[in-house]
Amino acid sequence: MNPAAPSSAATITVEYFAVFRAQAQRTTEDLPFDGASPAAIYDALRTRYGFALDRSSVHVAINDAYAAWDAALAPGDRLVFIPPVSGG
Amino acid sequence: MDFMFRLTDTPIDAAALRARLENDAAGACVTFEGIVRNHNDGRAVLRLEYEAYPALANREGEDIVRAARERFDIIAAVCEHRVGPLEIGGMAVWVGVSAAHRGAAFDACRSIIDEVKKRVPIWKREFYADGTVEWVGCAGCVDPAHGPAHPQAGSSERA
Repeated sequence: MNPAAPSSAATITVEYFAVFRAQAQRTTEDLPFDGASPAAIYDALRTRYGFALDRSSVHVAINDAYAAWDAALAPGDRLVFIPPVSGG
Repeated sequence: MDFMFRLTDTPIDAAALRARLENDAAGACVTFEGIVRNHNDGRAVLRLEYEAYPALANREGEDIVRAARERFDIIAAVCEHRVGPLEIGGMAVWVGVSAAHRGAAFDACRSIIDEVKKRVPIWKREFYADGTVEWVGCAGCVDPAHGPAHPQAGSSERA
């Protein structure tokens, strides 16, 4: 996802969908991996992009599976915050 | 074509899905069609768009249908969900179940669509007659390209 990153730079990739994609104005971005939890990352992104939803309305997915807000991330992980779903 | 759940960006072929459920041991086949309607929460809807997170949607969808096959005494089940733009009357989702008897078929079909609506990462964006556009179920969210959010945004269908 980030071919310019030096091999020593650990990152995670956040993908944005639906309202988060609209508010962040991007589909994906790499963040430096620093051991932060999904909750901490969401709070930071929420501040950065002005997401209206607080965590009580949002779910977390890591590597294409639902995960907990305090799940441990690893370098190279794909992290997605899931706003309220409305399929069906 | 052994999927139990999949997304499609072309019109759902209900007949083809139905054919997959045929089985000489099945005395019942129950199907559900989710159709785009022209209203939501008292507002006139012109059209809508579905967006999905495909990897997780397919994983959750497969888990849901597989779980229904294990939980209910059914023979076969399949679900397909449309992504992309849809007009009023378009088919958004199709669920079908075959079983020896109708009780299990009805129960499994209901269970599958209910779980899909709760768990599968698919989002509906509605285009209203008043010119506004909103992500359903996202009360208070603002889509920056389309103006202020309705304070009560959200589908009445969501459990």
